[in-house]
Amino acid sequence: MGSNTVLGKVMLLCVLGCQTAAAQFELTGSWAARNHEFLTGDGLPVDFTGIPLNEEGRTRALSYSESQLSMVERQCQGWPAFYLVQGPFGLKIWSETDPLKGNVISYTIGAWEDRAPMIIWMDGRPHPSQYAEHTRAGFTTGLWEGNTLVTRTTHMKAGFLRKTGAPSSDEASLTMRFYRHGDVLTILAIIEDPIYLAEPWILSRSFQLSAAPLSTSGPPCITAFEATTRETAPHYLPEKNPFVDEMTKKYGVPRDAAIGKPETLYPEYKKKIAAR
Amino acid sequence: MRISLAAVLVSLSCLAAQDRGAPPATAKGGALTDLTGYWVAYVTEDWRFRMITPRKGDFQAVPMNEEGRRVANAWDPAADEAAGNQCKAYGAAAIMRQAARFHITWQDENTLRVESDAGMQARLFHFNSAPAAPGERTWQGYSNAQWERPSSLKVTTTNLRAGYLRKNGVPYSESAIVTEYFDKAPAPGGAEVLLVTSIVDDPKYLAQQFIVSSQFKKEAEGSKWDPTPCSAK
Repeated sequence: MGSNTVLGKVMLLCVLGCQTAAAQFELTGSWAARNHEFLTGDGLPVDFTGIPLNEEGRTRALSYSESQLSMVERQCQGWPAFYLVQGPFGLKIWSETDPLKGNVISYTIGAWEDRAPMIIWMDGRPHPSQYAEHTRAGFTTGLWEGNTLVTRTTHMKAGFLRKTGAPSSDEASLTMRFYRHGDVLTILAIIEDPIYLAEPWILSRSFQLSAAPLSTSGPPCITAFEATTRETAPHYLPEKNPFVDEMTKKYGVPRDAAIGKPETLYPEYKKKIAAR
Repeated sequence: MRISLAAVLVSLSCLAAQDRGAPPATAKGGALTDLTGYWVAYVTEDWRFRMITPRKGDFQAVPMNEEGRRVANAWDPAADEAAGNQCKAYGAAAIMRQAARFHITWQDENTLRVESDAGMQARLFHFNSAPAAPGERTWQGYSNAQWERPSSLKVTTTNLRAGYLRKNGVPYSESAIVTEYFDKAPAPGGAEVLLVTSIVDDPKYLAQQFIVSSQFKKEAEGSKWDPTPCSAK
């Protein structure tokens, strides 16, 4: 092998290696939640503020009763991947690397008590067929764009966009972009759901690097009898949700905003409120 | 010898890859991303704290210390208005959290201008500038800006007048330091999103850094631009 060939290959490897090192950041570690943004809702049954629900989504959301969670078969259902940017817990992230090449095959974001772990496949594998099994966590792939990790999750089971009952369908997808600035990790999440959303729902959430290690998972969920004996799922019929005005009574939030009308997410709605 | 030469070339190549050329003469000329244009706040988080004025005492999720809570509980919007302090919730530590439209332009080759229609504020991001000298404190303070590879803008703001993190009197002091990162991202349908991560350090009123991130959608033009003066209520 001639010296030029050797040098050329070495330089090519170097340049590729340098670009990788310069373009990516260390994602693994423990990232503590900084719950300075109020994402999960207040625990009031009808708080869909900030969610651009369409009519179908709103109707379904208003039919939801949180008493469903007392049903034995639903106690351990957990929440879909969207909860990762809304829930109160931090992120424990680790990677699996190829033992020979050293490249990252996957990142795993550890589970919480009520959210399944998320495996982000970095090895270029495709998403499964549309007919493949859907799971609570879904199927996630990722790639680096500059110094931003971009992930896409599909194949989630139908579930909830927010714990208060805003629904998500099994056609929903989640695109996340991970930005790191110093010890702050910010995730921009774009949720698309052709069944229940009027437009893509865009959220963001920040975490801070923690010296204290976070857990890789939550405690196991164990079902128990919680006094729900009815044979039908607790629910509310159309126009019969008794909590529809709770946000108005407690905080002065207009009903249109509480029930997630898309126009309430833009500044002009603020002026509409002021004009009343 | 062949290996040594390779090692030298490798090192040089790596250095070149990590530091591509001298810095451009101006911030505008060396911009790593184009942030200019009209951006509308997309209020999907903290709705009840941003779209309406929260009730007194509704401070959920802000890591205030005891002094911060004491000051917040003394909030009096009528007194603020009477004292000409109706813009306290529109200062640099909170303005990007307003339900507002923002217009970003280059004021000159080294100054990025960020205007809000709500509160009619103007922020100036100074590139290639020395840290702020002690001077008059203003709602928007003095902002030093720098590009961060590959495509972020970092802004550090000091020299602030004391203001509110939330409209219902959650305080920040004049010694607060606001660090912000601006990142752009593509969105479905060819749309663009601006993500602003904001970190407020204020030991006087906060028990820890206050970290929030806000997202904005790009608008093609400014027909919805609607300047509105500050309001304390």
